[in-house]
Amino acid sequence: MALLQISEPGQSTNPHEHRLAAGIDLGTTNSLVASVKSGLAETLPNEQGDHSLPSVVRYTSDNIIVGADAKAAAAEDPLNTISSVKRYMGRGLADIKESGGRRPYEFVDIDSAVPRIHTVAGDVSPVEVSAEILKTLKAQAEASLGDSLTGVVITVPAYFDDAQRQATKDAGKLAGLNVLRLLNEPTAAAVAYGLDKGTEGIIAVYDLGGGTFDISILRLNKGVFEVMATAGDTALGGDDIDHVIAKWIMSEAGIEDDTSHHQMRRLMRTACDAKEALSKKDITEINIELDSGSNWNGSLSLEKFNELVLPLVQKTLLPCRRALRDAAVDTGEVQSVVMVGGSTRVPLVRNKVAEFFEQQPLTDINPDTVVAMGAAIQADVLVGNKADSDLLLLDVIPLSLGLETMGGLVEKVISRNTTIPVARAQDFTTFKDGQTAMSIHALQGERELVSDCRSLGRFALHEIPPMVAGAARIRVTFQVDADGLLSVTAREETTGVESGIEVKPSYGLTDTEIETMLRDSIEHAEGDVTARMLREQQVEAERVLEALDAALADDGDLLNSDERNDIDIAANRLLELSKGNEVRAIKDAIAELDKVATEFVARRMDGSIKKALAGHNVNEF
Amino acid sequence: MAQHQTHFELFELPVSFDLDLQDLSQRYRDLQGAVHPDKFANASERERLLSVEKAAAVNDAYQILKSPQKRARYILELQSVSFDDEKDVALDPAFLMEQIEFREALGELNQHNDPLSVLNNIMADIKNRITAIVEDLRVGLASESLDEEQKSQLKQLVHKMQFLNKLQQEAEYQEENLLNAI
Repeated sequence: MALLQISEPGQSTNPHEHRLAAGIDLGTTNSLVASVKSGLAETLPNEQGDHSLPSVVRYTSDNIIVGADAKAAAAEDPLNTISSVKRYMGRGLADIKESGGRRPYEFVDIDSAVPRIHTVAGDVSPVEVSAEILKTLKAQAEASLGDSLTGVVITVPAYFDDAQRQATKDAGKLAGLNVLRLLNEPTAAAVAYGLDKGTEGIIAVYDLGGGTFDISILRLNKGVFEVMATAGDTALGGDDIDHVIAKWIMSEAGIEDDTSHHQMRRLMRTACDAKEALSKKDITEINIELDSGSNWNGSLSLEKFNELVLPLVQKTLLPCRRALRDAAVDTGEVQSVVMVGGSTRVPLVRNKVAEFFEQQPLTDINPDTVVAMGAAIQADVLVGNKADSDLLLLDVIPLSLGLETMGGLVEKVISRNTTIPVARAQDFTTFKDGQTAMSIHALQGERELVSDCRSLGRFALHEIPPMVAGAARIRVTFQVDADGLLSVTAREETTGVESGIEVKPSYGLTDTEIETMLRDSIEHAEGDVTARMLREQQVEAERVLEALDAALADDGDLLNSDERNDIDIAANRLLELSKGNEVRAIKDAIAELDKVATEFVARRMDGSIKKALAGHNVNEF
Repeated sequence: MAQHQTHFELFELPVSFDLDLQDLSQRYRDLQGAVHPDKFANASERERLLSVEKAAAVNDAYQILKSPQKRARYILELQSVSFDDEKDVALDPAFLMEQIEFREALGELNQHNDPLSVLNNIMADIKNRITAIVEDLRVGLASESLDEEQKSQLKQLVHKMQFLNKLQQEAEYQEENLLNAI
């Protein structure tokens, strides 16, 4: 284990202090945590020296076990040992039924939109299971780095929709992490790869992981990583290869479809072993214990394996074609193809990708760790350790966002592959005289029919002033932030009335559910919610004051003495209050300071825009 | 203040259809470098919100300026040409006829032995027409001041381009279906 770092007394508020940040690759099969140490990103090991944590959580009556020990128990305790939970994030029960002939766990059908898995330790949601993995990684990182983490970047498949992203962010919150950003996995890989090799130009990142597939086309230019297009499949990965092989073994060995959970787990394990063996040799022996107690022996040739897997590999090429087209790029313009994810070790995958892009893909980087390393690099910048960094990631939304209109049709508001953050407004009007409420349904997907798109949430708009039909003008604004998360606001324009909005997430946990889980977990862990909330506000106050100091040092001359005085008064008040123990007062003082500094913030932003373009205009005139 | 700023003003460019796309994308990257939320991860709540707003505005402006069709439409809108009213669009019958023929051809792809190559020809044809319209727009928008007649002609061109873009999307959708079936 690394030596513990202890800072000198009084140094902890130094704005130039190195803050600890980490990048987390929360994978379907394995998860990793990485951090930038002395300028280099590296993955952090646990106490046993393992860098990769199997994304498996086992619930026992008195304990929660995460990682290798849980994975080892999967076959003996299949219903309490949850693996591949990423596949259920942001998904409804109906989606889970669809994804295979047999559900691997006992799902509980309850009131919430989010399915829960029944275990001996009670019913757990996918978000909670993911939070356990994140908690373990957090502890692993903090033990390895010797102090607590200031913030993290968690990676998600680029093709994750809004509900899946929200679920991931909720899991981070539940694990007690300060999630600075959700970063798309292929973008993270591009960062680690691009900075390492100093590449400029257009690259393609082909990311075939345990359960998800992404293809991203990026343009690299002096530290700016601009995603031109992304496409993929959130239910296609190494797991599916294992399924195909397991099915083949079942038919060869005469195992019935409705075999036991134990048998299924053994089959999946054997299938996965066979897949891995065939990345190095032409034939592999298969030996599997049957429920009857006897054994079945057979062999699988690479040729047969390729034949079984080919349809899955072909399925990844269509998104590749779509991404290239959306990016308006020909294969000839792609400088390099970067392979990410464990499943790109399958030789057939490499061959087909080489054929498609008409060049050998790059396999000299470690496909398992590159995503976590890229996330660590961004986390290091976001947390403020590299003030003069040129690193800038311009990402896109993977799927179009729209609203339901008359007749069950979808009106697109933001198209796929639009760069984020983005805000778009659409105007609507009332259908009947005196109508005072309106139901708005937000959807994600490319198809024209509501039934073919994914429902993100329903928004009920109240308090519209009564008018004749068609007279009200309701402007609905979609905003997608840098995490790819959507928020919706609405306003009646003719009267300026801001209408109340109710959000009912279709596949997400409600804020109340999150709040309850958070409270439960704090109560279990520390027993003192108030103390923790106070500490959080104090840290926030400290952060706000630090940021303000830095801003005033750079741009204090934008203020006249009165304005400066107002800010100083509010800042001093916050500083005083933050030494006390009144949570509410600290919160209010932060809000007050924020309000007083509004104009200063706006001037600074305009100033930096002017500065950014100054170089161009000098050249021109 | 920012409300009244045009996309050209935000990028500190003169209003013009002819843009150096390389310069435009460099300006875009520099602007994002100044306003992107990644640069404000540690800033106050207000600064973070403002940064999301500004970055979204820069993205929006860039989307419009870099696309010939959207740029043309935007320049006309700056000159008070309205695109809200669909009624006043009278496209010439020959163009509409052509559109119908294209649609029919796309619908009948499966009757051919090699639907993909037929589709490729159609797509090349659409692309050529789009290129021609972009050229017409460039010439039309180059003149110093536009009279109503010219504005109306240019508006027609923008509408034609919208038709062709929709057609192109439909063709791409068909291509995906064909490739999917292989």
